[in-house]
Amino acid sequence: MATAAKGVVLLDFWVSPFGQRCRIALAEKGVEYEYKEENLWDKSPLLLKANPVHKKIPVLIHEGNPICESLLIVQYIDEVWSNNPLLPSDPYERAQARFWADFVDKKVSECWTRLWKVKGEAQEEARKDMIEDLKLLEGELGDKQYFGGETFGFVDVAFVPLSAWFYTFETCGNFSVEKECPKLVAWAKRCMERESVSKSLHDPHKVYEYVCQLKKKLGVD
Amino acid sequence: MADKVILLSSWVSAFGLRVQIALAEKEVDYEFREENLFDKSPLLLELNPVHKKIPVLIHNGKPVCESSVIIQYIDEVWTNGPSLLPQDPLQRANARFWADFVDKMIYQCGSRVWKNKGDAQAAAKKELIGILKQLEGELGEKPFFGGETLGYVDIVLVPFSSWFYTYETFGGFSIEKECPKLLAWVRRCNERESVSKVLPDRHKVYERTCGLKKRLGLE
Repeated sequence: MATAAKGVVLLDFWVSPFGQRCRIALAEKGVEYEYKEENLWDKSPLLLKANPVHKKIPVLIHEGNPICESLLIVQYIDEVWSNNPLLPSDPYERAQARFWADFVDKKVSECWTRLWKVKGEAQEEARKDMIEDLKLLEGELGDKQYFGGETFGFVDVAFVPLSAWFYTFETCGNFSVEKECPKLVAWAKRCMERESVSKSLHDPHKVYEYVCQLKKKLGVD
Repeated sequence: MADKVILLSSWVSAFGLRVQIALAEKEVDYEFREENLFDKSPLLLELNPVHKKIPVLIHNGKPVCESSVIIQYIDEVWTNGPSLLPQDPLQRANARFWADFVDKMIYQCGSRVWKNKGDAQAAAKKELIGILKQLEGELGEKPFFGGETLGYVDIVLVPFSSWFYTYETFGGFSIEKECPKLLAWVRRCNERESVSKVLPDRHKVYERTCGLKKRLGLE
């Protein structure tokens, strides 16, 4: 494969929350890596070769070996670089962390796609679902500092990139995340105090601008 | 304290069957409780309030949900015998990738084959064959996806083989013709008791699917 035999490369897209999970995990571990920005409308031969099945970012290339799917990449990073563990050591706690990270993907990500792509009744339903899903996450957070408890962990990494999309959800869905889930907003602010997070996430207004442009490009308006 | 393990599942859930195979591979004694998916038990709704789905593993009173999460939990708690997941992080990531691929692709595509008709069914059939060929490619010349022994990807995929006859009959095609290596792999998996004792008969699955179609008004 035409890439460095050693070292770490991340094929990514600036606003992708899935890519940001990987950036946060690498930063938490203090791993140096080469960031390669992909054009999603003109994917590089490297990306297509590294992820022939899904042809999607992010892809982590470690010593020439590609790893795909953001949550799998984060777990791989956690297992290879064992400082600052992201997953709990107890199997039951680990199962709970995997369950909630999977929930973010199965429910919140799916909902968000509906929220900005549809209108009318379908959008109203997406809004209701989104609020319900956010409240479930808030319930799981409870009074903990982080989803990981006292320490920033796997579920925090999985979910925090979507906090940069809260403004977009609110504007598209016509609701307030702060009103519905104040604890989540407080948690997001707490996460942003970490350099790994603040340096990886983009300004919510930039994210919203991007979605507006994307909507125009896809003729969804 | 002896472990108390209960599995809330259904004989006809490919996701539940995976967990049964994993428990059998680890020789874990457990109580199987059949759920009526049209009339879910209060226990199921209490233990999986988020998704309200089976399977749910209850280990000493604590619930674990989502089949792939459950299997990894089983592998980490019962460390007797061979690991279901590889030890090496890269191989482990690869195993998780293909298990995730099975999860994302087979159930929804296979369902479209038996739920739809005409063009929609033809498209689903083509897609399903593509998916199975990709899996066959990943298997390659190995006896199992896990290499020499049954592993995580094998356990995640093999229950769907009980649905192959259903897909073939509704879709009008032969999986053996399209993916002979995959069928050989299915037969190899069935040489293991953990698999053969758990997988339902393909005709029973087909009958049940026919009944489900009627119930859903999809005839």
